[in-house]
Amino acid sequence: MVRILPQTKAAAVNPLKSSQPLGAALAFLGIDGAMPLFHGSQGCTSFALVLFVRHFKEAIPLQTTAMDEVATILGGADHLEEAILNLKSRTKPKLIGVCTTALTETRGEDFAGDIANIRQKHAEELAGTEVVLANTPDFEGAIEEGWAKAVTAMIGRITRPGEQARQSKNIAILPGWNLTVADIEHLRDMVESFGLEPVIVPDVSGSLDGTVPDRWVTTTYGGTSVEDIRELGTAERCIVVGEHMRRPAELLHRLTGVPYTIFQSLAGLKAADRFVSLLSAISGAPVPAGVRRRRAQLQDALLDGHFHFGGKKIAIAAEPDQLYQLATFFVDMGSEIAAAVTTTNMSKILEKVPADSVQIGDIGDLEALGAGADLLVTHSHGRQAAQHLGIPLMRVGFPIFDRLGSQHKLTVLYQGTRDLIFEAANIFQANRHAPTPEALDPFRHREMPDELRSSSLARH
Amino acid sequence: MSSLSAKIQDVFNEPACENNRGKDAKARKQGCSKPLTPGAAAGGCAFDGAKIVLQPITDVAHLVHAPLACEGNSWDNRGTASSGPTLWRISFTTDLTELDVMMGQGERKLFKAIREIKEAYAPPAIFVYSTCVTALIGDDIEAVCKRAAEKFDLPVVPINAPGFVGSKNLGNKLAGEALLDHVIGTAEPDDAGPYDINILGEFNLSGEFWLVKPLLDRLGIRVRAAIPGDARYLEVASAHRARANMMVCSTALINLARKMEQRWDIPFFEGSFYGITDTSEALRQISRLLVKKGADPEILGRTEALIAEEEAIAWKKLAAYRPRLEGKRVLLNTGGVKSWSVVHALMEIGIEIVGTSVKKSTPEDKERIKKILKDENHMFESMAPRDLYAMLSQRKADIMLSGGRTQFIALKAKVPWLDINQERHQPYAGYDGMVELVRQIDLAIHNPIWRQVREPPPWECQLAAGDEPPGTKSETAIVQGFKKFAGTTADDFGEC
Repeated sequence: MVRILPQTKAAAVNPLKSSQPLGAALAFLGIDGAMPLFHGSQGCTSFALVLFVRHFKEAIPLQTTAMDEVATILGGADHLEEAILNLKSRTKPKLIGVCTTALTETRGEDFAGDIANIRQKHAEELAGTEVVLANTPDFEGAIEEGWAKAVTAMIGRITRPGEQARQSKNIAILPGWNLTVADIEHLRDMVESFGLEPVIVPDVSGSLDGTVPDRWVTTTYGGTSVEDIRELGTAERCIVVGEHMRRPAELLHRLTGVPYTIFQSLAGLKAADRFVSLLSAISGAPVPAGVRRRRAQLQDALLDGHFHFGGKKIAIAAEPDQLYQLATFFVDMGSEIAAAVTTTNMSKILEKVPADSVQIGDIGDLEALGAGADLLVTHSHGRQAAQHLGIPLMRVGFPIFDRLGSQHKLTVLYQGTRDLIFEAANIFQANRHAPTPEALDPFRHREMPDELRSSSLARH
Repeated sequence: MSSLSAKIQDVFNEPACENNRGKDAKARKQGCSKPLTPGAAAGGCAFDGAKIVLQPITDVAHLVHAPLACEGNSWDNRGTASSGPTLWRISFTTDLTELDVMMGQGERKLFKAIREIKEAYAPPAIFVYSTCVTALIGDDIEAVCKRAAEKFDLPVVPINAPGFVGSKNLGNKLAGEALLDHVIGTAEPDDAGPYDINILGEFNLSGEFWLVKPLLDRLGIRVRAAIPGDARYLEVASAHRARANMMVCSTALINLARKMEQRWDIPFFEGSFYGITDTSEALRQISRLLVKKGADPEILGRTEALIAEEEAIAWKKLAAYRPRLEGKRVLLNTGGVKSWSVVHALMEIGIEIVGTSVKKSTPEDKERIKKILKDENHMFESMAPRDLYAMLSQRKADIMLSGGRTQFIALKAKVPWLDINQERHQPYAGYDGMVELVRQIDLAIHNPIWRQVREPPPWECQLAAGDEPPGTKSETAIVQGFKKFAGTTADDFGEC
């Protein structure tokens, strides 16, 4: 049984988290013609914006209600109204995603009431634009929670409620935030190869996939259409990726009766098998030859790759679902999780992480717990810890600002698992320590416990 | 070539080789390597063998006189380790072109190459390897080396072992001859002492000799030269002042050991650092030979004390693996198990040996194997890959230990495999090396991927079970069908 250790430090050292509104904004960025709007002071938005740009290397539409001193004292409803109307007239978005921040939540305003008033007051002006609210104070949760709240809010606001005629080929997919552009594209291809038609909410593969549009667009270009969200109730089934997407799936089920199936992770042979089996069962179609081929390739990658993983100690810091995904991946390859650090204790998935304990904490904790590990696994901010400890870093999650192409890395199903194996194995190979007389001297290590010693032997 | 063929005859006529002594005069003349079968041959050539033996001498520039393939396709492929110089890892070849061959410019190009290396790297010596093409077109590398040595005032050593003269094993021996002819005895050490030894045929793979050397250090024994692992040119050149030689790795350098005994009166024994009892035995033998050559006999007592201490520690560590490895079945598929001591240690912790190849084993070895294995049928000369695959597919072994060549037979049969040949990355010598080997076996056998890769895809189970054909789309069928696949981890799903 994994022990979940609460954070006891007062000072967070090198934070692991990105804030909750950032996660919500990321979800809105997966909708076509969307404009996320932070209800807070300018800085909230600009920090998130800069981090997005560093990660995606894209122009990111993200606006602010620019709360000033007076609004902070007297209330921000006017700023919210002005911001929505300005965005509507200037950028003509199909969706404005309002993400509250710590500042406005601490004031404690009735945002839902404010937005209802604005909608009513400007019904004509705002026609054709959905305004969706996600309550995402920075002082709670992290990307995962923010992302899930935004998706829940969109389904609650936009999806037509009530049992509807099901289209047997339609599949709704609610992916977790940790799926990359490449993951989403791959999921879509896989589902389509069974003759099914997926609607993916949100779909960052249309909007954050690093293309060059031939015009200047101020909102997102590409992603799930608002119309598709409205019609989610016609899906035959909803497939959910990540424990943190359970809430929006439950809401969809409650509103429309669409049944759902949750995959807590899509990495690993077993998970991919279950996913493919489900598609086969829903569609009644046999598993295509190409998919069988990918499976065989993964089998071979497991065989070729496992030499590099056996007995290795891995230290991971990531948001709960991604932590679970990666920890099970490494354990399935024969490694052990020497340290597991995550952002919040709100997810049930933490109980299933295959580690002795999960520390709620920061990269400082990862550095402290990860000494003696063979590999650090976290986002780019882990690079200092990696340097201090002299351990290689595998970059995962958000933000990754010192490497290109993180959005195009595949991490799910047969192919993604294969790629993960190769990536980690290549890092191990690139960081093999040349043997030295000192390191191998049997007498020099006599005083150390057996386990430590033998691992230093094996680690080249 | 006549001097080369004389040399080959001489190498074949190896009186210290047990196998050779068993043959009649005629058979002896034919040599020890079986004629290769075109279309069914595997393994390296004589050049390969010579280079393997000499290249780990770390401060020497190794220059291969050949068209590209000989060096270009084979360099940077061995895991021997150096504690200092890295020159040996740099690949030098004359890279002969068609024009060079046609116009007979090989010798000139070789001479120029030697000059360039000397000027750019200033090595203590350059070894020049002849190869098939340069031997065929008659480049006289001995003359070129002689001239270059005089001109540059530098040892330039010809290694005359072109690929076509025979097998890798022959190349090993020709390399030993080259050392005898040109290197050993050319320098006089000023610090020779009564505890000096050489280790012949030790390659320091993955630095594994460094697991052993501290044991010798503790006994006050100095390794004058380990040939070739982590050796320096000068160490090899003054190796003739050692008091005893230990020859490891079977017969690769037996001619070197015997001739050093002949020329410089250095006694030798054949031993191994693989396995616990063999490591102890090697330490004992070294001490005994040194005492025979005049060292203080008190070293014998110290050696025994060290052995007792180290063995106790190693056995204790190994015992910890017994619960995990007892009853596991190992298939050994290697040219010839270098050390029965490894097998002994494996069996000691409850591992079963279900088969072994005896291709390169001596009759004496075979007797020992018979004693160890309950069933004689488990001995095989060599097994065709198809048969090996079949045996492994039927799960008649839990792991195969072999060299890289047969790796994929095991992996494609979804059976764990451990590399115990020269490409491996783990050090297995000495007491600690044996523990490491067992640890690696444990890791390989218990890796969770085996369970995953052996499982058939779930949709195949569905068809096999004779389920209703896919196509029914009722909700219940889907859910039922799906629940069936969900299997052991239904928990992972939020079915509703």
